[in-house]
Amino acid sequence: MAKPSNVQKIFLTLVFIILYAPIFFLIFYSFNSNGTMSSFDSFTLEHYAAVFEDTRLIMIVFNTVIVALLSALISTVIGVLGGLAIVYLKNRKLRSTLLSLNNVLIVSPDVIIGASFLILFTAVGVRLGFASVLISHIAFSVPIVVLMVLPKLLEMSDSLIDAARDLGASGKDVLTRVIIPYIKPGIFAGFFLALTYSLDDFAVTFFVTGNGFSTLSVEIYSMARAGITLTINALSGLIFIVTVGLVIVYYALNSRNRTPVTGVKK
Amino acid sequence: MQNKSTRALYLIPYSAWIILFVIAPIALVVYYSLFDIHGDFTFANYRAFFSSVYLELTLSSFWYAFLITLFSLLIAYPTAYFLTKTKHKQLWLLLIIIPSWINLLLKTYAFIGIFGQYGPINAFFTAIGIGSTQLLFTDFSFIFVSVYIFIPFMILPIFNAIDRLNPALIDASRDLGASPWTTFRRVILPLTMNGVKSGIQVTFIPALSLFMITRLIAGNKVITLGTAIEQQFLVTQNWGMGSTIAVFLILFMFVIMLFTGQKEKGGASDGKTK
Repeated sequence: MAKPSNVQKIFLTLVFIILYAPIFFLIFYSFNSNGTMSSFDSFTLEHYAAVFEDTRLIMIVFNTVIVALLSALISTVIGVLGGLAIVYLKNRKLRSTLLSLNNVLIVSPDVIIGASFLILFTAVGVRLGFASVLISHIAFSVPIVVLMVLPKLLEMSDSLIDAARDLGASGKDVLTRVIIPYIKPGIFAGFFLALTYSLDDFAVTFFVTGNGFSTLSVEIYSMARAGITLTINALSGLIFIVTVGLVIVYYALNSRNRTPVTGVKK
Repeated sequence: MQNKSTRALYLIPYSAWIILFVIAPIALVVYYSLFDIHGDFTFANYRAFFSSVYLELTLSSFWYAFLITLFSLLIAYPTAYFLTKTKHKQLWLLLIIIPSWINLLLKTYAFIGIFGQYGPINAFFTAIGIGSTQLLFTDFSFIFVSVYIFIPFMILPIFNAIDRLNPALIDASRDLGASPWTTFRRVILPLTMNGVKSGIQVTFIPALSLFMITRLIAGNKVITLGTAIEQQFLVTQNWGMGSTIAVFLILFMFVIMLFTGQKEKGGASDGKTK
């Protein structure tokens, strides 16, 4: 294709500026000694200090991370099993039904997931709090893991499994030493996406969390409703650094994971 | 035969998940929509939904979702198209995606400051002589922030679709004498329609159900279906009415999925990873 013209470059640059401006705007004012987001007074780190002194906020960050890690881990296990189950299904109709059901939660708006889970937890009698939030996060992360694992499973040639069998591998060996290593990039992508889904979620958590338990998104919401506090800005500065770090780690790992797979194929 | 039993073993947790968290919640929403606030069986909620109040709300919600999707598409398509032409397109794409990883709430919060009475936009308006205007709590700010949030999600599937396009087709169209515009309209656009459809799907449905942005940015001036559900469930505690609105939102969702559905697996699923 042709190289981008100048007009196109300007357009792209504008889009980039608009996408990043709000984030840098937040971070810029996190260093403002005057407690507002309008006039910059002088440089200070007091808002960052405030974040680290606020034990409640630290607890909430801790909760958020724990929920994200646990939900990503558990949903990855269920999702991988689900992917295997779908691949082994011989009945085509059943398979496509399962896939459609799988995608329901991906396209469902958060409000619907939140409201229906709230009804579910109340009906079953799960107390709203850590457990209900964790269960919901697992529930809405499972389908994305399935979608990440499935292409890898489908692309895997049956002869690999047959060969392992012929060479005397047990069912467990085939799973742990042939299938899992082969689909590892998919598992990894699924885990990572589940992690970000959980960290990013606001609406579902907002519905199913009780009074005593809060995650970062819900906390930011209630802080933002109360008005501007530069603690949020400082927090966003920290989150931005962590996010960019995570993305870099993810891509580094991903590109390292990808090479051996294509290596085998060649 | 140990093989068959292990296969069944894979199926158990996954089907349990489907029954518990996909089928049961929808069934419960439908069930609850048939009860009023006192727990009596009734169709009153459905009758209420077809009253002018809720019909108006549905229409305005669709109108806002339409505008948000339209503007996102108008910005995302050229962006995706130009991105495919850049040298390090995967890197540029990554850079476009990074803002979408930042917590949604933080980005929305940023706009409270940006659009605020003393924010940079108003400072600029004052400087060029327009004078400060009320930006927050208007339709404009609501649509702007929503479009901002959805652009990366719209760009991804379209980018993937354009990237998959065989460049030889474009060359062929040019060689056969088509103008750039004809090439775009008759070759590029039809072949990337799947990406556009996925983009519309991932924008329109969430746009119908936004409630956080309406509360923070539109200050309750804009009420979407999502806001109404949240209101009924968490404020009024009228779960029956909330469920009824949810039932219709689910129906709309299926209709939209039918319209934007596709045979080939589209870009929506490979979402953020690429």
